[in-house]
Order: sequence, then structure tokens, then C-alpha cells
Amino acid sequence: MTSTAEWLDIGWVDQIPVRGSRTVQVEGGDDIAVFRTAEGKVFALLDRCPHKHGRLSQGIVHGGAVACPLHNWRISLSTGEALGDDKGCTPTVPVKIDGGRVLICRASTLKAAA
Amino acid sequence: MEHRPIKADSDTREHLVVIGNGMAGCRAVEELLARDPARYRVKIFGAEPRVNYNRIMLSPVLAGEKSFDDIVINDADWYAKNGIALIAGDPVVAIDRAAKTVTTRGGVSESYDKLLIATGSDPFIIPVPGKDLPGVIAFRDMDDVAAMLDAAEKGGSAVVIGGGLLGLEAAHGLSLRGMKVTVLHLMPTLMERQLDEAAGWLLKQALEARGQTILTGADTAEIVGDGRVEGVILKDGTLIPADLVVMAVGIRPSTALAREAGLAVGRGIQVDDHMVTSDPDVLAVGECVEHDGQVYGLVAPLWDMCRSLADGLVEKPTGYRGSVTSTKLKVSGIDVFSAGDFSGGDGCEDIVLRDASRGVYKRVIVKDDRIVGAVLYGDTADGNWYFDLLKKQEDVSDLRDVLIFGQAFASGGGQADPKAAVAALSDDAEICGCNGVTKGQVVSCIAKGAHSLDAVRGTCKASASCGSCTGLVENLLALTLGDDVQSGPKTMCKCTSFGHDDVRREIVAQEMRSIPEVMQKLHWATPDGCSSCRPALNYYLLCALPGDYVDDQQSRFVNERLHANIQKDGTYSVVPRMWGGLTNPTELRAIADVVEKYNAPMVKVTGGQRLDIFGIRKEDLPAVWADLNAAGMVSGHAYGKALRTVKTCVGSEWCRFGTQDSTGLGVKLERMSWGSWMPHKFKIAVSGCPRNCAEATIKDFGVVCVDSGYELHVGGNGGIHVRATDLLCKVATEQEAMDYCAAFIQLYREEARYLERTAPWIERVGLDHIKARIVDDEAGREALRARFLYSQSFSQDDPWAQRAEGAEAEHHAPMARFTPQKEIA
Ligand SMILES: Cc1cc2nc3c(=O)[nH]c(=O)nc-3n(C[C@H](O)[C@H](O)[C@H](O)COP(=O)(O)OP(=O)(O)OC[C@H]3O[C@@H](n4cnc5c(N)ncnc54)[C@H](O)[C@@H]3O)c2cc1C
Ligand code: SF4
Ligand code: FES
Repeated sequence: MTSTAEWLDIGWVDQIPVRGSRTVQVEGGDDIAVFRTAEGKVFALLDRCPHKHGRLSQGIVHGGAVACPLHNWRISLSTGEALGDDKGCTPTVPVKIDGGRVLICRASTLKAAA
Repeated sequence: MEHRPIKADSDTREHLVVIGNGMAGCRAVEELLARDPARYRVKIFGAEPRVNYNRIMLSPVLAGEKSFDDIVINDADWYAKNGIALIAGDPVVAIDRAAKTVTTRGGVSESYDKLLIATGSDPFIIPVPGKDLPGVIAFRDMDDVAAMLDAAEKGGSAVVIGGGLLGLEAAHGLSLRGMKVTVLHLMPTLMERQLDEAAGWLLKQALEARGQTILTGADTAEIVGDGRVEGVILKDGTLIPADLVVMAVGIRPSTALAREAGLAVGRGIQVDDHMVTSDPDVLAVGECVEHDGQVYGLVAPLWDMCRSLADGLVEKPTGYRGSVTSTKLKVSGIDVFSAGDFSGGDGCEDIVLRDASRGVYKRVIVKDDRIVGAVLYGDTADGNWYFDLLKKQEDVSDLRDVLIFGQAFASGGGQADPKAAVAALSDDAEICGCNGVTKGQVVSCIAKGAHSLDAVRGTCKASASCGSCTGLVENLLALTLGDDVQSGPKTMCKCTSFGHDDVRREIVAQEMRSIPEVMQKLHWATPDGCSSCRPALNYYLLCALPGDYVDDQQSRFVNERLHANIQKDGTYSVVPRMWGGLTNPTELRAIADVVEKYNAPMVKVTGGQRLDIFGIRKEDLPAVWADLNAAGMVSGHAYGKALRTVKTCVGSEWCRFGTQDSTGLGVKLERMSWGSWMPHKFKIAVSGCPRNCAEATIKDFGVVCVDSGYELHVGGNGGIHVRATDLLCKVATEQEAMDYCAAFIQLYREEARYLERTAPWIERVGLDHIKARIVDDEAGREALRARFLYSQSFSQDDPWAQRAEGAEAEHHAPMARFTPQKEIA
């Protein structure tokens, strides 16, 4: 990946389990959790619950949300907002799919490392 | 319209050359002719040796419902009448934009004023060994269909790789033609781009009922055969014999020609709103183009493109703005419709209707009062209505309550209020189809005192089966009682109107075998459940169908998925099993080595007499397990809703008070019950005398040894509400203690609600019930014990060993690493 690319190629969509997630390790920062929903949509969030920093990548994915493994807050995959009565937000990372490859936004990834 | 043949040589009109004699190329020409038949001199090059036909009708041709002649769109006459020269069967191999000429493989060269590229797509061939063997084909054109018909004539078996629209249509056709068909699909859901899990499950059922074999999650490793295809081998080693293999895994815009000619190409040939490429004299249309970042694989968008193209060339430019698409599966008797975006997300509301008895599933997704997507299975009559509302972006807030019932119901005006609709029903109108209960019967049962949904279900059976009439019954309750309705026992979660017990009972009664099946048959109100119901359903199925049900990892809490305890900082702790609390130098050494090697910051003796190693990183877990396995240790399941530990005291072997070998019995009990999944965590203890050093009277199952035998205790726990056990009974022998324990565990596994520990369960059902089942009913006890041991024959696999060997390794490693300094991913 060249240093000028706006998008980072992180692998094939098929490498992410359906209704599951994989992570991208960011040196010196928070991991990024990349989710794939039952319907094949892919989303990325900082792997950090707004509540007490639970690893969202380890939660149960249902519909367009993930349930944090620590205290079961539900976090929207598309906005990073806590759903229901909980308040808080996890930064999102823009993702796109091109020819079966998953690309994440380089600028946001750098922010995660900052 | 009048058609005048025009002779080319005397012709001074602009020369339009079209590459591609398919659906888009010819349609574009038709649109041009309709606007100005005299504007262009047209020449079409087609790679296929035939006139323009309706490609989407190849499926009915394969299925024997149509012949090739039926699907021709424009016959030779049309070309002649419109003075169009057709060069068929000779593909264009080069475009020279500077000289403005195209050249075919046969050496024909032609100059153009305007060039239109409509080369469609190329089928995607997965690069596995054997892909080029004779007998492996795609499903794209008439030649492919002819090859399939040839093969089908000889009978035998076919494998279709790809369970999308095309693959399923190919499979259907081949199976109608008498071949034995297996469909291999990589994803867990058929047509996953168009359908959600629930609809995909119904479709799979329907196809299997028609004799096809559908393998989902099937990854092709290799196609084998000696000179000709003989079979397909999957990554898991399965060999499926095949005389014909059809690859229908996807298509790619056919852009090679354009790319070589130096045109701008992304995923497809890039065009503007008027279908003009990066060269103003070259246009492109159809599946080969990319417009505004989108490529399309259906015909409806092509029609829009062709209109814009013609407008741009001969009339006022209108401009193409992209298309929303809808799909139908053309398999006779199976109705599937999908449109728009149904992936849910924020602000999206899912309206789901499941009618199990009719095999109907409908889901409409509404966002900001507009329909954004729809999936219909079984009853697609309203597909076009939803699609129309979607395309027009109409406000549906007034229809919201009745939208899912379809156009006929929604336009019934006065019926828009569901309560009014129920009130308007006559007394003999049927409310519950499953049990044949009328409105009159429901109302009279409410009048006689059934003041809750559950009471109604219990008394007149309305809504007690599939549950689809629950809404109607609730409305009747509200109408009859006003505010006096009692809310029934809690439902499992907001996804269903059923409680845990109902769901379990139905799973067993209807022999359900998968989570999507339960959700369909019991009318789940969400597309794929939530983090409360999914783990519960997974457990109920696993308990009901040991050895048969395939565990759904994604419906398990992370601890069970990773076989370790997640801690607050995101690291994990690992507890190896120490049978009955015993250990030895090898095990201790292995644990010490692991602690050092992986820098575990802490080791702790747990309340259950095991050693817990803290602070292990997720990616190190497989290596840690491998090391512990090497010393003979297996997972302690300290993370699971499962048997955790059997705590023991030293008993008669060492203790001066000991009456029996409590340690030995503890080890035997643990060997019998380890690995079993439970509604909640489960702990056992065995004490050697009534001094009870192992604290057996606050365990789920406790044994206190006495001189004359063994006291068996149940239902204790040391949680927030400490509860001491109840005495179940006394038995004389170790064997009996083991048998009663197995029976008790199984009763708990079969009857308790998910996440209900033994203490609240026993308080709910009463100790008498448990005594009646286990102590008084000898045959029943024996049957429970046998069911437990049967289920254990499948579950006593060490999950650590499988993981250490590399199973599901992807759960542990990051997908990519990003180092900002170097900026490499
Ligand atoms: C079996 C089947 C079933 C389908 N069912 C449906 C359906 O139900 N609904 C739906 O909306 N869509 C369906 N489709 C998709 C639909 O057929 C396509 O979207 C549509 O045909 C695309 O039109 P096109 O003109 O872009 O490409 P095509 O129709 O594929 O035409 C491209 C033509 O260009 C020719 N060509 C390519 N390269 C060259 C060259 N170098 N020189 C000369 N000629 C060349 C090809 O031979 C081909 O004839 C189906 C497709 C198939 C194969
Ligand atoms: S429970 Fe009885 S046998 Fe066991 S260690 Fe205590 S005193 Fe000894
Ligand atoms: S840390 Fe996520 S819910 Fe508490």
C-alpha cells in the first residue's frame, strides 16, 4: 500500500465472518473493528466501547448493531452511537468494498493511532 | 414507422458502430431509431453467431419452458428493415481511437464516427485447479445453455457452484431436465445479496423439498477429472461426483477492449450521465459500464441508460441518474422478490411478517417514513407496489400500521386502525388459524376471566401455536377489557411474543433444526434476533438435537466463542481443567511455563480450586492452549454456560473424619459431566463428611458423604442471593450418586430457561417436581441419564485442542496491521 493512498486495503470481505468481525491492529493506538452483518454489509468502528472501553469486535452482531461483550450496550455499526437509553459514541471509520476487497479510510486510521 | 433500406456506399450519414449485440447494444439502437431513424448508419458487431435475444430468458429455455425462437427480440428482418449491418460470430479485438477504427478477429476493419461499446460482462471463473476441464461451463449465453442441455440428455449429476440468482436458475433447469443437482454456496445464506437469512432459509427448504442438495458454507478447493470433469472437492475434503459443473459465482464488466484502447476504466468503463466515456466519440452502455461508482447486473438499469444515451445523441440530453433495482427469482413455483437496501441500520425500522403455515415471509424497511427496501418470500404479489413506493420515495407514515399486509389491505381505508379492524370482524371470523378459534370464542374466554395473553393461550389455545395471531388476540384483549389487560410472563426478548418455555416446547414439538427456522416458524419480529435471544436459541437447539445441530458461533457470547474469559482490559484469562482439584508436577510446571512465556501478570487459585492465568492476549491464546494441551490439560470451561468445576475435599483417603473417597468421586463426576453446555454455569462439589469442607451445600449439585452413603443436594449457589441447597435424597452407592447427578443435570438442561441457574429454577418449579422426576420415577430418571450421556458423547471434545490445531484461527489474528510510521497495511 503506498503512502499516498486514501484507502487502505485490509483484505477480502470473505475473511470476516458473517455476523462477526475482525480487527485491524494499529500500532500505537486503538484497534479498529471491522464488522460484517448478516446481509453482507461491512462497517468499521474503533474497537472501544464508549461505556468502559469494551472490545466491540468481540460482541454479538445483530441487525445493524453490536452488543458490547462487557455490559451489553448496543452500539450502532453505522454511526457508532449507543442505542436505546445509553448515551455515548464510538468513532466510525469509513469503509468501502471494491472487487471483494475491504478498504478503510487511511486518515481515520491515522487518527486512531494518534 | 417506415423502414427504408439504405445502401452503405452511397450513404453519407454519420457511422455508428456498436460492439456487442446483446440486450443493451440493441436496445440503444432501438431507442435511437425511435427518435430519429435517419440519423445514423449503424453496424453491429456481435461475438455470438446469432441475432439479438433476451438473455434473461435463458433460464426458462434451460428449464424447458421456452424455446430459443421464443426469446429472440430482434430477428434478421429487423436488421434488414432498418438497414443495420450485423457482423455476428466475429468479435472485435481492437479499437484504434486515433484512426477511429475497430478490427475483428477475422480481420474485418471498420471506421466509425461514433462508437458504442456494449460488451456486457464476463462470467467470473474461480481460479481453482481443474477449472479448464471439459464439462466445466459458465451460464451466460445460448452456447452455455446448449452445453447444459447436451449434458442433461445423458443424465447423471451436476454441481452448480454459486447459490445466487443465476446459479439457482441453472440448478432448477438442470434438475427439471432430470439431473441430480448439488448447489455449492460459499455463504451461509442463498442469494445473500438479495435475501436476508430468514428468506434464504425458506428458499433453501423449498429447493431441498424439490430434490436438490444445497450445501451452504461450501468452499470449492478443486475440480477433478481425467480428461473431463468427474467431481468437485471442497476445502473440507468432501468429494461430490459431477458430470457437469456450472460456475455461476458472479460476473465482471467486460472491459478489456476499452482498457486496451486507453479509455478510463474503473470497475467498469467509466461514463458520464449521457453514457459518454473519457473519449467524446466513444459511448458505452450496459453491464460493462460504471456510472457514478456503480455497476449493474440487471436489465432495468440498462433501459434507463439506453434512454439517456439516445436523448444525448439525438434529442435534448436528459441524463442518467443511476437506478434502484429489484430482483425476482425465475424458478417456477418459488416466489422471491427483493428490492432496495435491506441492511437496516440507524433510523431504519424493520417491519416483519412471518406466516409459517403459508410459508410466507415479508420484510419492509422504512427510514424517515420512506420505504428503503423490501424482501418478500412466498407471496410476492405486493412486490411492485413496494418497489413503486420505494422509487417514488413516497411518505408512508399514514400506512405504517398496515403496510406489511399489502396494497389491498392498506387501501381499505377505514381499516387502517388495527383495533377498529378487529372490532369490525364478525363473531365467527377465525382469529387463530392453527387451532381454529373464532373471535367469539376468544372474546368469551376473555369474559370468563382470561385477562392476559397467556391466559387466553392456556384456555382457548388462540395464539398458542405459531403465534401469528398474537397481535389480533392482544387487540381483542384491549377491546374487551380496556385497561384491565394483565401483561403475561415476560417474553424472551423484544424480538418475539413468546416466552422461553413456549419457544423450547415448540422447538421440540416441531422438530426445528436451526435458528432461522425457529425465527420463521415462531414469527420473530426482527430479521436476525438480538444478543438475548440468539444465544438462548442456540442453546435450546443444541440441547434438543445433540450431535445433529450445528452450533452457531456468532450466536455465542465472546467467552464461549474464544474459550477464555474476557477481562475488563480486553485481555483474557485461561483456566485449565484440574480434575477434582487435583494436580501434579507436570501440570504445575506447564502452567508456570505458560505464565512466564506469555508474561501473564497474575495467577490465581479460583473459588473452584483451579488455577486461573490472567492477562493473556487474544492472539496468544492458541499458543497458550497448545502448550497446556501438551502437558495433558484441557479447557476448564471456566468461561461458559457449562459445567465448570467439581470441588472436592480430601475425604477418606487422607482426612481423619472422611467417610468416603470424596476426591475420587469428584474426579469421576467431573469426567462424566465436563464439556456439557447448560442454561447457565453449573458447579458441583463433593465433601467427605458433614463438616462439608468443599462447601457442597451452596453448589448446583452437591454430594455430602456420610457413613451410610451419599446425601445428594441440589439448587445451591453463592451468587448475589446466597442459597443453600435442598436435600434431594440419600443414596447408598457411588454409582447411584453418579446416575442421579446425570439425571438432575439433564432435567436442568431440558427444563430451565436460558440464563436461569438451578436455584431460581428450583424455586420456580418446586422441589417436589424435581423429586417426582428424579427420585420417584425410576424409568424417567434412567431416561434422563441416558439422554445426558448420549449428548455427552458429542460434547466432550476439548475446544482448546481444536483451536490449538488451528480451527477458526481467524478469530484470533488481526485481519491486517497498520504501522503509521511506515504506513503499510
Ligand atoms: C441466465 C441469465 C439470467 C438472467 N436473468 C435476469 C433477470 O431475471 N432479470 C434481470 O434483470 N437480469 C437478468 N440477467 C442479466 C441480464 O441478462 C443482463 O443484465 C443483460 O443481458 C446485460 O446486457 P448487456 O447488453 O450489457 O450485456 P449482454 O446482454 O451480455 O450483451 C453483451 C454482448 O456483447 C457481446 N460481446 C462481448 N464482447 C464482444 C466483442 N469484443 N465483440 C463483439 N461482441 C462482444 C457478447 O457476446 C454479448 O452478446 C440474466 C442473465 C443471465 C445470463
Ligand atoms: S468434609 Fe469431612 S472428610 Fe472432607 S476434609 Fe472436611 S472434615 Fe475431612
Ligand atoms: S464497556 Fe461496553 S457496555 Fe460497558
